[in-house]
Amino acid sequence: MSLTYTQFINKAFDESLRDDARVLLFGLGVGDVGAVFGSTANLQSKYGSDRVFEIPLSENAVTGMALGLAIQGFRPVMMHQRADFSFTSAEQIINRVAKTAYMSGDIYKVSLVIRMIVGRGWGQGPTHAQSPHAIFSHIPGLRVVAPATPMDGYHLMKESIYSNNPVIFIEHRWLHQTVEKANNEIIMPNINEARIMKSGIDLTLISLSYGVIECLKIAEVLGEFNLKVEVINLRSIQPWDKSTVIQSVTKTKKAMILDTGHIEFGLTGEISSVLYSELFNSMSHPILRFGLPMEPTPSSAALAIDHYPSIENMLQKIKIHFGFKFDLKDAIKIFVDKFPYKTKHQDQPDVGVIGPF
Amino acid sequence: MNQYLKSLLEKNSAFKDPRVHMFANIQLIRSIELLISEKYEEQIFRCPVHLSIGQEAIAVGVSMHLTLNDKVVSTHRSHAHYIAKGGDVFRMLSELIGSPLGCCKGRGGSMHIFDNSVGFMASVPIVGSSLPIAIGLALAEKNLNSKNLVVAFIGDAALETGAFYESLNLAALKELPILIVLEDNGYSTFSNKSVRWPASKNVRETIQGMGVSYLQGNGDYVEDVYKNVSKIISRVRSNQPILLNLETFRRYEHCGPNLDDKLGYRSKTELESYLERDPLKILEDKLVASGVVSKIIIEDLVNDIDGYVKNSFMSMKIHNNNYLAEFKASH
Repeated sequence: MSLTYTQFINKAFDESLRDDARVLLFGLGVGDVGAVFGSTANLQSKYGSDRVFEIPLSENAVTGMALGLAIQGFRPVMMHQRADFSFTSAEQIINRVAKTAYMSGDIYKVSLVIRMIVGRGWGQGPTHAQSPHAIFSHIPGLRVVAPATPMDGYHLMKESIYSNNPVIFIEHRWLHQTVEKANNEIIMPNINEARIMKSGIDLTLISLSYGVIECLKIAEVLGEFNLKVEVINLRSIQPWDKSTVIQSVTKTKKAMILDTGHIEFGLTGEISSVLYSELFNSMSHPILRFGLPMEPTPSSAALAIDHYPSIENMLQKIKIHFGFKFDLKDAIKIFVDKFPYKTKHQDQPDVGVIGPF
Repeated sequence: MNQYLKSLLEKNSAFKDPRVHMFANIQLIRSIELLISEKYEEQIFRCPVHLSIGQEAIAVGVSMHLTLNDKVVSTHRSHAHYIAKGGDVFRMLSELIGSPLGCCKGRGGSMHIFDNSVGFMASVPIVGSSLPIAIGLALAEKNLNSKNLVVAFIGDAALETGAFYESLNLAALKELPILIVLEDNGYSTFSNKSVRWPASKNVRETIQGMGVSYLQGNGDYVEDVYKNVSKIISRVRSNQPILLNLETFRRYEHCGPNLDDKLGYRSKTELESYLERDPLKILEDKLVASGVVSKIIIEDLVNDIDGYVKNSFMSMKIHNNNYLAEFKASH
């Protein structure tokens, strides 16, 4: 049975609520007709408004409330339809949620998931399109995960709910319509582990969340030129799976990192630093990094095209940077044919990639 | 109640009077705070401390109503709340010196005192931020149908934070078993309320307007505190959130071991008013005058408590030195 990412998240919530009376779900929109883009649909009627409920617009206090519930043994999942709203609760997340277990001498177990949805396109703009994975990864005591596929979403959500640590669950809005077949035979890695989405020997592409979908497209295009590209889906950002990444780059000797956040002081720098330390003498080229520039995300569709790294642009940089011999024009034509943009504005998700991943 | 106090008060039938319990509790807190103040210059307590001297009556008058399973959340000024809830002197002093034998294993210090074995769930030094957690604790108690309540001690400056209003709204919306005890000492560090609150501010109307019941009273007389809580506690236990606003006096500096009279931000008249407001002295005078206990018995009680605190301090030093010696030997 094929399900969308959103349906997989709904399934993860449904099963967790069914299996464990301590699981609670709340946030703005959880109980309304929109049901957080459909991801919480039918859950309130099924499990009651004591366990699945709407909140007042008090994200800061509700985050502290979630922490209070967690230290009393509940497993709350709080959600933000846009990650940007979580900044109103930065005090509770950074000073309380992250540090409570530590300050209690590890007596408290804080099982708490804060789900944050990252917007993109259609004018989301400066304060509805930020991906704060690097910000929260900088805070000791928080785990940060970011799924890239529907099955990833399902497994990571369930593992996050049953984790004994607070988890920041970063979820890209453009994943919501991606589709994957439920497959119980695939053995998913655990919450800390990256997933190799595609094996190769010529180049390693490292990314997270929706960036992984873009890397898979790049890998497919380059595959037409006989370049075997390995794609790593990080899944967990804090902690990140150093050994899988190092192993891959040891083999390919070339790495490109694509971030859904800003380049400076972020994920690409962190991973590069470790790769340079570990593989300083064995990489054939410097690491190529992509991400967002140091400007707020513009609302204008025209401006946003240059703000996000485009696949055309990345193909060009990859060719020059690593000295690959493929023809750029041909590569771009292959890309556009395989994954046609739905609109000329390029500001809507392209659902051209359908699993199995 | 603190375990040591419990056994002390069982020794003498003259100690059965609840007012003697109140006195012993306040005296225990006072002795600890004075010891910290005295030893602070030895640089053994290596963390910021916010002493409770002058404000003890509230902690004691409220906590005497609480069971072990009731929950308390405190602020940066947490010592009185912890001890009154039954906290352990050795573990608290150990926490203040950063010892692994402390109630937070030395990771939290004075501003983050926590000990869930006595229902002391958290101390939060970011003003106002303790309330959201208290709300969550109360919602959990309600969901579990436990009949336990949650007490959140806050200061007057918490009323200037957004977290306060967000939490009040949640307390009323969810009908939670929470008692918010506002200890109004009039100051945020050095700033008097007059530079922080408009003269027209009406706390009662603010709280009631948000759907939370309100009661105001005196915070210097521990018996008054106790009586006021008696009036409302069963309502809180049946899921009616209430805010109890009590005036109090912070005798020492905001942060540190000293008096700060010389700074002049509090007038001489204001400082002298403490002579009439000291919760310990008020109660002692009353106990002696009314013949509940004699002056001699009071002195014996004070000596016992003082001695216990000093012994706890010595024992803490010895245990910590032993721990350090073992640690060094094993590394």
